[in-house]
Amino acid sequence: MTITNNARAQEAADAADDARAREQVYDAEEARRARNRQIEGVARWLVPIAVVLMTLYLWNWLVVAYELPHYILPSPGRVWEQFILDREMLGQSLLVTLRITVMALGVAVAGGVLLAILFNQSRFAELVFYPYAVILQVTPIVSIAPLIFIYVTEPTIRVLICAWLVAFFPILSNTTLGLKSTDHNLTDLFSIYGANRWQRLIRLQLPSALPYFLGGLRIAGGLALIGAIVAEYVVGTGGAGSGLAFRILEASYRLNIPRMFAALGLIAVVGVTIFAMTALLSHFALRKWHESAIRRDL
Amino acid sequence: MTDLVHRTTLPLGQRPNVLEMAGIAKVFNGNVTALKNMSLTVNEGDFVSLLGPSGCGKSTALRLIAGLMSPTTGRILWQGGKAKGDIGVVFQEPTLMPWATVAQNVYLPFRLRGQSFASVKDKIDEALELVGLDKFPDAYPRELSGGMKMRVSIARALVTNPRLILMDEPFAALDEITRQKLNNDLLALKSQIGCTVIFVTHSVFESVFLSDRIIVMAARPGRVVEEITVDAPYPRDMAFRTSANYAAHTQVVSLALLQAIGEVA
Repeated sequence: MTITNNARAQEAADAADDARAREQVYDAEEARRARNRQIEGVARWLVPIAVVLMTLYLWNWLVVAYELPHYILPSPGRVWEQFILDREMLGQSLLVTLRITVMALGVAVAGGVLLAILFNQSRFAELVFYPYAVILQVTPIVSIAPLIFIYVTEPTIRVLICAWLVAFFPILSNTTLGLKSTDHNLTDLFSIYGANRWQRLIRLQLPSALPYFLGGLRIAGGLALIGAIVAEYVVGTGGAGSGLAFRILEASYRLNIPRMFAALGLIAVVGVTIFAMTALLSHFALRKWHESAIRRDL
Repeated sequence: MTDLVHRTTLPLGQRPNVLEMAGIAKVFNGNVTALKNMSLTVNEGDFVSLLGPSGCGKSTALRLIAGLMSPTTGRILWQGGKAKGDIGVVFQEPTLMPWATVAQNVYLPFRLRGQSFASVKDKIDEALELVGLDKFPDAYPRELSGGMKMRVSIARALVTNPRLILMDEPFAALDEITRQKLNNDLLALKSQIGCTVIFVTHSVFESVFLSDRIIVMAARPGRVVEEITVDAPYPRDMAFRTSANYAAHTQVVSLALLQAIGEVA
C-alpha cells in the first residue's frame, strides 16, 4: 500500500517536473514564435474570407449609396438573384466550358510530356520539331483561331484545339527542362551500373522532372481555361452547346449585366478550383522529398 | 549476415591481382593532358589512396577505371574480365535519389539489374546494418544529416559486393569530427567484408590513416610520382592516429606531396 502510494507520489512529482521542464523550454522568444504560429494558422483562413466579405459589402454599399442602375453595376444580391434564375442555363454552359478545359489540359499534359520525352531522347527530333512548338506558342491564339474556324467544322474540336495550343507549351518547356536537370553524379552512377535508356528515363529523369512538370501544370491549368474562353469568344457558336464565354457575350448584347457578372463569377470559381487542385496534386506528389514542400519554422 | 562475402585480406605482396592499368593517358580536346603514362596494379584487399593537388588527374583516373570514359592510350585490364556489378562508387556528394527512401536508394544497383526488392532485401538490410543505419530504411535523404547520407552512399556502393569500390573524396565536404568517425567506420567495414578500395583524397592524414598503399600524383600533366607503402597493421584506431609510426608516415607522404607540387612551381 505504502509502496503504491510512494510510487504514485513519485509519478506525480515526475509529472510536475516534466511540466516545469516544458515551461522552462519555452523562453520568451519561443513563446512568441508559438503564439505567432497559432495566429497564422487561424489568419490563413480568416483573412482571405474577411477580405472577400469586405469587398462584397463595399460593392453593395457603392451601388446603394450612388443609386447605380443595375445595367451599369448590379449589386451582389442582384447578381445572385440572376444566378438563381439562370442556374440551369449557366450550369449547362459551365459544364461545357469545364469539359473543354479539362480535355484541353489532359491533351496538353499528354502531348507536352510525350513531346518532351521525344525531344529528350532524340536530339534530331528536337532540332526538327522545336521551332514549330515555339512558333505555335508565340503566335497569339486569337490570330490562329479564324483559320481553325475554317478548317475544322466540329465546334467542340475547334475550341479544344485552341485551348490545347495555349496550354501545352508550359508543360513541354518545363518538362524538357526537368528531364535535363538530373544530377550529373547520379547520371554517372546509372552508367556505372549499366542502366539502359529506358531505366534511366523511368528511374532517374522522370522523377527529376516531376517538380518542373508540376510547375508547368499549374500554369497550364490556368491557360487551358483562358484558351477555352478565348476560343469560345472567337470561334464558339450559340445554342445549347455553348459555354460560359458565349453566355457573357450574349448577355452583353442584351445588356443583361447581372448575368454577365454571374457567368464571370462562375469562370473565376473554375479558375480557382483548377489552381487549388494542381497545387494540391503538387503538394501530395512532392511533400515527402522536395525542397519546395519542406516547411521551415525558423 | 552471410550474404555479403567476407573475403580475408592477405598480406601485401601475396594478394591476387584485380585490375591492371598500363601506360594510361587521357588527353581532353586533343591538347589538355589530364593524365600521362599512369600504370597501377590493384590487388584484392588493397586500400589504395590517390593523393595529389587539384588537377593531378586523380579523378580522371577514377573515371577511367569506372568506365565512364575511355583512355586515349593504354589499357585497363580486369582480371577475368569486367562484369556489371564489379564496381561500387561513392562520390564527393552523397548522390542519393531524393525521391526514394534509404532502402530504395541502396536497392538501386539491384533494381537496375532487374532483381526484385524482396529477393535482395537481406543484402540491403545487411549493408544498412554495416553502416549503422539499420533503423532508417524508410527515411528520405532530406531527413538525414550529411554524414548519414554519406553512409547510405557507402551502403549502396558495397551492397552488390563489388570487386572494387571507388571513392572520390567522399568525406571532403564533411566536418572534421564526422570525417574522423567515418574514417574509423570505413576501416572497420573494410576489415569485416575485406573489400578492395581506391580512395581519392587531398588529405595526407586521411590517406595515411586509411590506406596501405598511397599513390602520390602531380599536376600539369597529371601523373604518378611516387608510391608509398604504409605497413602499419590493421585494425588502426585512435592509438595509431597518435603513434610515432603514423607521424613518420605522414612526414614521408607530406614530403612526397610537397615535391610533387614543387615540381610544377
